[in-house]
Amino acid sequence: MSLLDVNGLGITFGGLKAVNDVSFSVQPGEIVSVIGPNGAGKTTLFNMISGVYQPGRGTVALDGRDVTGIAPNRLAEMGLSRTFQNLQVFQEMTVLENVLAGYHLQERGPVLADLLSLPSMRRRAARAREGARGLLARVRLDKAEGQEAGSLSYGALKRLEIARALALRPKILLLDEPAAGCNAVETEEIDALIAELAAAGIAILLVEHDMKMVMRISNHIVVLDHGEKIAEGDPATVSRDPGVIAAYLGAEETEAADADG
Amino acid sequence: MEARRKWIQLAVLAALIAVLPFFFPSGYYYRVGALIFVNGLSVIGLVILIGYAGQISLGHAGFAGIGAYACALGPQHLGLHPGLALILGAVISGLLALLIGRPILRLKGYYLAVATLGFGILVSMLLTNERALTGGPDGISVEDLGLRALLRDLGWRISGGEFWYGASGIALLVGAWLALNLFDSPTGRAMRSLHGSEVAASTVGIDVARQKLRAFVISAVYASVAGSLLALQNGFITPDVAGFMHSIEMVTMAVLGGVGSVLGATLGAAILTLLPQVLTVFAEYEQLVLGAVMILVMIFLPQGLLPSIARRLRGRGE
Repeated sequence: MSLLDVNGLGITFGGLKAVNDVSFSVQPGEIVSVIGPNGAGKTTLFNMISGVYQPGRGTVALDGRDVTGIAPNRLAEMGLSRTFQNLQVFQEMTVLENVLAGYHLQERGPVLADLLSLPSMRRRAARAREGARGLLARVRLDKAEGQEAGSLSYGALKRLEIARALALRPKILLLDEPAAGCNAVETEEIDALIAELAAAGIAILLVEHDMKMVMRISNHIVVLDHGEKIAEGDPATVSRDPGVIAAYLGAEETEAADADG
Repeated sequence: MEARRKWIQLAVLAALIAVLPFFFPSGYYYRVGALIFVNGLSVIGLVILIGYAGQISLGHAGFAGIGAYACALGPQHLGLHPGLALILGAVISGLLALLIGRPILRLKGYYLAVATLGFGILVSMLLTNERALTGGPDGISVEDLGLRALLRDLGWRISGGEFWYGASGIALLVGAWLALNLFDSPTGRAMRSLHGSEVAASTVGIDVARQKLRAFVISAVYASVAGSLLALQNGFITPDVAGFMHSIEMVTMAVLGGVGSVLGATLGAAILTLLPQVLTVFAEYEQLVLGAVMILVMIFLPQGLLPSIARRLRGRGE
């Protein structure tokens, strides 16, 4: 049994099949990348798996349980966590508070205890704060913990989102272009972090445009084009696949021309 | 660090409440002060709803009306002590908010504003039209709380104005304390995060609908208690307390002072309560002034008075 099983997943937007009949699975500790040209349906696929969109067809199973169309907060409780391509940071909260929000499931308690600031609430919050500081150190944002998140650079915000997603202690982590907008050093750091997480047993599902990074760290690659899966396999197999070269690598030049993601 | 900021804010508020009476030119100002504190209390409730959770309500005066009329009708019809009637009003308001909030909070933006507006109008119509029970538009008298008589028996003679100044001040402090506790708590963070991004909030496990509902219920209880205190200190109440203009007034106070800031909201309440009292011209043009204040704040100080000033001071310090 796989950790994540995606089976025949599809969705239609106004007559357009944005994603059609996509199936694949992810094992614990495995790094699976979803690649494809812009508009291939990668983010839409992520949104369906993480419960942001209701799939039109097909099923998603997590740990053997059918979780198709379940609300994101329920999926979070079951160990699925994600980041966003177009940053979804809590801008007006501090950097530390952003990560603390990721500890919500661990630090939440009776609302009355929160209103009265009872010692039980302060203990819960203190534990979460300790963990959050550890995660911030891990993504090298510990010095910025008191800053408003909105004041961080793009690359720092990307790392902040990863820290927040890790706060959930996920079994599977969906990363939507974690290295986009990061410089070479930052990309390498994210690269190393992903490998470290996978080594710790967390399954990683990755959308990334940096092909070098994808080829280097992925165990398995799923290739989408026009919403359909056109190939999958290990990096070597996929990069030799003639269909992939035609659809994806051939499209790279036009993609570079309009690199708005 | 956060905890220290909380106590500083509370200390500032407590000091102001304690010191202001020394500057009062007449006993009348105790009444004005008490009114400011009561308005401040209901506006702090809106800070939780609008400032923390990012939801708008244009019908919160409806809950103030429920609180006020609970204190008028509870003692008359159920033989309740006015203090218990205040609690009953708060419970009814909270339950009602829970009931209507569930479907209403699924709505977003102006749909939510319109739905809450409808609720406020409904309560105000009921209070106006059910003459047999509520006395209609002429209002109804409210029994005395009886606490002042108790204090007198204990040998502490204070005027009604002084008593309500103190009682409302304490209520405001408690309200501010609770709201500041909430701000820096798991629940408060969850509310504030959905203000930032609902999608992201739900992917970290926050039940968005539930947190909105919590903010709505808590703010309804604030408004209800404020309405009760208003009824008790005036000894008389009319349906205006639940009227649309009162809802607008509350939101304007919150927005003027700073909708994310407990202390700012109190400042907003103070300014807009004082204006018509000090400059009687404003009483006639109150609606005009409210509208103008709203527009000017939105254009020039979208964060509100106090946060904008604080930011400017901080900017200069660096």
